[in-house]
Amino acid sequence: MTAPLLQVKNLTIDYIGDSTDFRAVDDVSFDVARGEVFGLAGESGCGKSTIAFAISRLHKPPALIRSGRILLEGRDVLDLNPAQLRDFRWREVAMVFQSAMNSLNPVLRVQEQFYDVLRTHQKMNRAQARERTAEMLRLVDIPPDRMKDYPHQFSGGMRQRIVIAICLALNPKIVVMDEPTTALDVVVQREILQRINELRRTFGFSVLFITHDLGLMVQFCDRIGIMLAGKLVEQNTAENIYGAPQHDYTRKLWASFPSLHGEPVMEKVSI
Amino acid sequence: MSDPQTAILALDRVSKSFGTAPYKVNAAQSVSFELHAGRTLALVGESGSGKTTCARLVMREYMPSEGQLLFKGKPVSTDNAKALAAYRRSVQMIFQDPFSSLNPAHTIDYHLRRPLQLHRRDLRGKQIDAAVEELLSRVKLDPKIVARKHPHELSGGQRQRVNIARTLAVGAEVIVADEPTSMLDVSVRLGVLNLLNEMKRDMKLALLYITHDIATARYVAEDIVVMYAGQIVEWGDVNKVIDNPQHPYTRLLLSAVPDPEMRFDDPKAQLKAADVDEVRRLSAVPQDRIVAVEPGHFIRQIASGRAA
Repeated sequence: MTAPLLQVKNLTIDYIGDSTDFRAVDDVSFDVARGEVFGLAGESGCGKSTIAFAISRLHKPPALIRSGRILLEGRDVLDLNPAQLRDFRWREVAMVFQSAMNSLNPVLRVQEQFYDVLRTHQKMNRAQARERTAEMLRLVDIPPDRMKDYPHQFSGGMRQRIVIAICLALNPKIVVMDEPTTALDVVVQREILQRINELRRTFGFSVLFITHDLGLMVQFCDRIGIMLAGKLVEQNTAENIYGAPQHDYTRKLWASFPSLHGEPVMEKVSI
Repeated sequence: MSDPQTAILALDRVSKSFGTAPYKVNAAQSVSFELHAGRTLALVGESGSGKTTCARLVMREYMPSEGQLLFKGKPVSTDNAKALAAYRRSVQMIFQDPFSSLNPAHTIDYHLRRPLQLHRRDLRGKQIDAAVEELLSRVKLDPKIVARKHPHELSGGQRQRVNIARTLAVGAEVIVADEPTSMLDVSVRLGVLNLLNEMKRDMKLALLYITHDIATARYVAEDIVVMYAGQIVEWGDVNKVIDNPQHPYTRLLLSAVPDPEMRFDDPKAQLKAADVDEVRRLSAVPQDRIVAVEPGHFIRQIASGRAA
């Protein structure tokens, strides 16, 4: 039994208000093992994105971590000084945001944006960076000769894959994905997640996957945590979250998805 | 789909293109569909397939490059201001983003009172108050609490309900709903869809429901139209199309819908990139021939290079 890669212990995060504080994350604990895909599901405002930001300490005031610990390989992320933090971000924890495809710099060629990351973190020169860029683009099914193009020359799905490639360029130990495919259509979503799934089998990184789409989450994740109003109300394997949900809220979440092949819930009224 | 004469609104081989050759984009190619009172037509397809172009054509935000719109069997005239006003009254839209489609400076009461004042000239004073109250109750919002509020004080689901009430205020007969629930929380989505269904049934509205989520399409719609690259590739009764998809693009779309029964590691779940590209390439080829699969279920002829 090896130690988990990421341990979140009794994490409590408040958003500081003028008179009262809003508790966004309330005493949440979970572990993510090496190579595991852990999912956090819940509605907007339940605190799942706040957790995602806190893991790489990207949360900004008025968010404040009241208590708890975030351990990556036993090291507390909350104790890192600014220099250690710079080194830690991207190299150990990489993040893909919901609007990631819009987070590429529109006035820089794709290869420049790779170079930026590779130079800062691995002191690569241009030739080495180009080689690494080509290798990463090939991994996400983008022809390497397109590295000289600008972001607007790619479709939304391709841009999202480029962001994922940049994230993986430094071989992070864990990738945090906050609704990475919500803005994309289902076919592109499937292609991207399938590829991430293959890559994590090859490279062994872990994924913290955040979405509100439970069906998708069950397909992709090994274990799932369900959040409600800042609390982790249920945590189980994907099979059990789907097959044997314990908490009422999990059942309610399932009931709110019309299923494609099940009986239509609504009575059909003919005219 | 039945006789165009009985349809409230029909698109008759409408095309819309943007730009000029060699940069011409055919956003809609010979699109025909009909909207009937008390029925919902779901328009599904990926981003860029021409769904929103169709919505804008229906809303007369875009003028067709070719083909025509038939409103109650007659072409929509462009030179008759009165007829155009009647058209705009009858055809209303619900937008995707409930956070930007209400004026933040005005109360909910104002949002409903203005259309009543403009389009329901027969109502006077107290009658308008009563109408606002009735509209809010109809969309299951408490008029006493909600009417005084500003949009920022309401949740996304509540705002979408206000938008629905606003379309009802002017006496809409056709409602175009462009992804009305995609920005709402999962737990309130069904509530909004149920409300739309109820409205359709009770008020005999014709609904054009635009979405990329084919599962909700089955939930609300009787008929479905699948679009790809500006063409309608498959259409018909929603159950027949979803249970027996014939066009390769429809099959691809259905196979990519998240299915909790099938894990990504399952080899059957794998989409092959080469297959996907092939389906996309073949489906994008313009085709004129239409094949009837069964009564009330049609597909566009599939380009050769692959057996159907």
